[in-house]
Amino acid sequence: MRYAMAVDTKKCVGCSDCVVACQTENNVPIGYCRDWVVEVTDGTYPQLEIEIRSERCNHCANAPCVRCCPTGASHFTDGGIVLVTPDKCIGCGACIASCPYDARYPHPDGYVDKCTFCIHRIKKGQQPACVAVCPTKCMYFGDLDDPNSDVSVVLKRRKHKTLIPEAGTKPELYFLI
Amino acid sequence: MTTRRQFIRISMLGTGGLALVPSACKHFIPVDVAKAATGNLFQRTPTYCEICFWKCAGWVYKNDKSEIWKITGNQEDLNSNGRFCPRGTGGVGMYYDEDRLKTPLIRTEERGKQKFREATWDEAFDYIAEKMKGIAKEHGPECIALFTHGSGGTYFGDLLKAFGSTSIAAPSYAQCRGPREVGFIATFGEEIGSPENTDIRDTKCLVLIGSHIGENMHNGQVQEMSDAIDKGAVIITVDPRFSTAAGKSKYWLPIKPATDLALLLSWIHVIIYEDLYDKKYVEQYTYGFDALKEHVKTMTPEWAYGITTIDPNVIRKTAREMAYASPAVIVHPGRHVTWYGDDTQRTRAIAILNAILGSWGRRGGFFRSDSVAVPAFPHPPFPEPKRTWRDAFPDKYRLADLALASGICEATIPSATRDCNFQAWIVNGTNLIETLPNQKQTIEAIQNLQLLVAIDTMPMEITGWADVVLPECTYLERYDSIRTGPHRKPQIALRMPASEPLYNTKPAWWMAKELSKKLGLEDYFNWNSFEESLDWQLKQVGTSLEEMQRLGVKTFERTADDLYYAENEAVEFATNTGKIELFSTAFEAEGFDPLPKYTPHEDPPEGYYRLIYGRAPMHTFSRTSNNPNLTDLMDENTVWINPKVAIEWELKNDQYIWLKNQDGIESEFPIKVRITERIRWDSVYMVHGFGHADKRLRRCYGKGASDARLITKVHIDPIMGGTGMRGNFVTFLTEKPAEKEVQS
Repeated sequence: MRYAMAVDTKKCVGCSDCVVACQTENNVPIGYCRDWVVEVTDGTYPQLEIEIRSERCNHCANAPCVRCCPTGASHFTDGGIVLVTPDKCIGCGACIASCPYDARYPHPDGYVDKCTFCIHRIKKGQQPACVAVCPTKCMYFGDLDDPNSDVSVVLKRRKHKTLIPEAGTKPELYFLI
Repeated sequence: MTTRRQFIRISMLGTGGLALVPSACKHFIPVDVAKAATGNLFQRTPTYCEICFWKCAGWVYKNDKSEIWKITGNQEDLNSNGRFCPRGTGGVGMYYDEDRLKTPLIRTEERGKQKFREATWDEAFDYIAEKMKGIAKEHGPECIALFTHGSGGTYFGDLLKAFGSTSIAAPSYAQCRGPREVGFIATFGEEIGSPENTDIRDTKCLVLIGSHIGENMHNGQVQEMSDAIDKGAVIITVDPRFSTAAGKSKYWLPIKPATDLALLLSWIHVIIYEDLYDKKYVEQYTYGFDALKEHVKTMTPEWAYGITTIDPNVIRKTAREMAYASPAVIVHPGRHVTWYGDDTQRTRAIAILNAILGSWGRRGGFFRSDSVAVPAFPHPPFPEPKRTWRDAFPDKYRLADLALASGICEATIPSATRDCNFQAWIVNGTNLIETLPNQKQTIEAIQNLQLLVAIDTMPMEITGWADVVLPECTYLERYDSIRTGPHRKPQIALRMPASEPLYNTKPAWWMAKELSKKLGLEDYFNWNSFEESLDWQLKQVGTSLEEMQRLGVKTFERTADDLYYAENEAVEFATNTGKIELFSTAFEAEGFDPLPKYTPHEDPPEGYYRLIYGRAPMHTFSRTSNNPNLTDLMDENTVWINPKVAIEWELKNDQYIWLKNQDGIESEFPIKVRITERIRWDSVYMVHGFGHADKRLRRCYGKGASDARLITKVHIDPIMGGTGMRGNFVTFLTEKPAEKEVQS
């Protein structure tokens, strides 16, 4: 089992619903976020393009945050999801420095926090909160080992990319372009 | 958008700015993930959202401490399809906002000084009832007006009608969608309504005239536009700004502002003269085609090029795209369309274009909506008022089908030509200071009132001017009337309280009923409990309160006609001719152009730029600006400036500047510069709803600039009284302007 997410940049409108849905679902304190939106404008008026991406932890198969964690708080769980165990985390910040995606933040309660792919929801057969709420249905989530999962199907059908592939982290967050 | 680092930085700055707020936000519950995962038996209650007018139905969940936790969509709901937008998802912030109005207030000093004393509900109602009776005796009950946006309007509306006034106005008409309704009524005999009957889901070509779907988060439409993108629909966006929708479009037409009507007429020209129109449809359903053909004869793409700056080849190509997709094509009627004062004529041109493409009543065009008629709880008939709002405007705006908020405001200021002015305003859930253009006139009108009552959940600017402030509980803490809005299938939705009201706040229906007792009108609210009245109403349509509490949303079978016209269906349109009127006999009878004509509008003077405003997906007007969850996503607006202009003015990104308009009015607060290629060099753009001037709104006070303050020149639509607001021009001030006046 290998969980992955694909975000369709052609449909995303950058509304940030994924951000607020994650905040309420996961009780992320106001002022912090586990996912965020990037909007890149390119060109000169009137020859313009925008790419809008909802970004989060890439749940890398070769995750530097897991390798560099001195206490084992950062770890892999079922399906390759990268998690942090708050009780084991000493808040040293090594993982924050190692992440090429800037996907982690120091939680005010003294541990490092990040996207969990809403593992508590996946276990109940639900989609991650961001995927479930998205008004443009631009996010696809599922198991890459299952050829019929939403994410496998859409990645077969559409051109896609990952961010900073040169970092060699083997990210599992894909962007449809 | 920002990078994540900026996002966090900005957000943390926001939190720092909140040092004044005594307690941390309550809705942070430090539960670790494992605990949240095992938590179950969460209670959920149905609601429909009140953050905007789309009214999506959903569920309010509580956590294991019985505190309101999150809101999600109801899968059955056609407005949301189970997916709430960011504002609806962030609706919890409206409940937890510490700056909420907490108890009734009565003003102690002159209006605008914001000196209030806390009052009991009884005192507040006595005060209001006393004044209302006095005004009725002296001037007649018709001199009391209600301004409303949102659910509470129903109850105060009933109260006012029972009292003897029908002057009930929503700024969503004359300040927003009114011209489009009049334009479509003149053409098809029916209005567009809300939610719009646009069949975007199945369209093959979507044309947006300045409509920024995706930034305006009209939930179902955003969802359907995304579906249409998935299916490969062609999107054509006409906008001087590279909007989010423009970024999704095959064609973006970067039009010179205020010239849309010329483009529309040239499209009509191409479609007729290249023989691309739906001949059978035009012949069977329309009236006045020959006159239209003659009218647009000279309105060629070359003619339009000189006006709009759009390449004639692009005009032809886009017209053909529409025709190829016909009838599955939508030239979108827009929603906020009060731009230049000839807005009814522009939306008429949009309606005509749709008519000759045969899209009205067709799959992928416009469908026929249906809704459930839920009878009102029985009450005595309302008295016939001696005067209506129309009497304040003899012979003007005769085609307006609803009351004009701006008109009532104007008719509050004493004038020699008017024998009666409005003496009292009841303002429910609409921040008139930011909603109406020309703040100076609004304040002048307010200073002439004998009574101003404001009902709101938040200390919005309008409440600072009120004599009595009635604090409403949020939609998460109350029942409300049944949602019956139209859609592909008739549906009803229930809102019920997820929690007891916080503080000393009450639902609007309770206020109206209590006030009715003071006015001797209690027969009009003849139910023992609101639940009883809802249950009675629901039973009339074959359900019950108990069932709706479980379902939240109930879908009914269509009773009206099919969703689309059948082949050769005989359709009777509610126009004078019974046909789709390409040539409007109603306009002709009232002395207006029966076919739309392009008239040039003023260009910005040297050194000034046209002020264009719009929406951000995470905010609704000025009403969400203090919501902690939504402020976290966006806490101020920026002014978009083209790089060429920025170089000329030596402006830098993120620099704070002040704006000054053509009438010398300056922004009260500075606004951050965003230098971007996405805006034309002759215009600037900002999101509406920021620059709050009421210090009680601690999170958003002084953040960004108010476009409403800078809109002092208003172009009134002679047909229906809409207030065109896009004819204002601003220039830049890099130094803080000297204070001239203190308004509030």
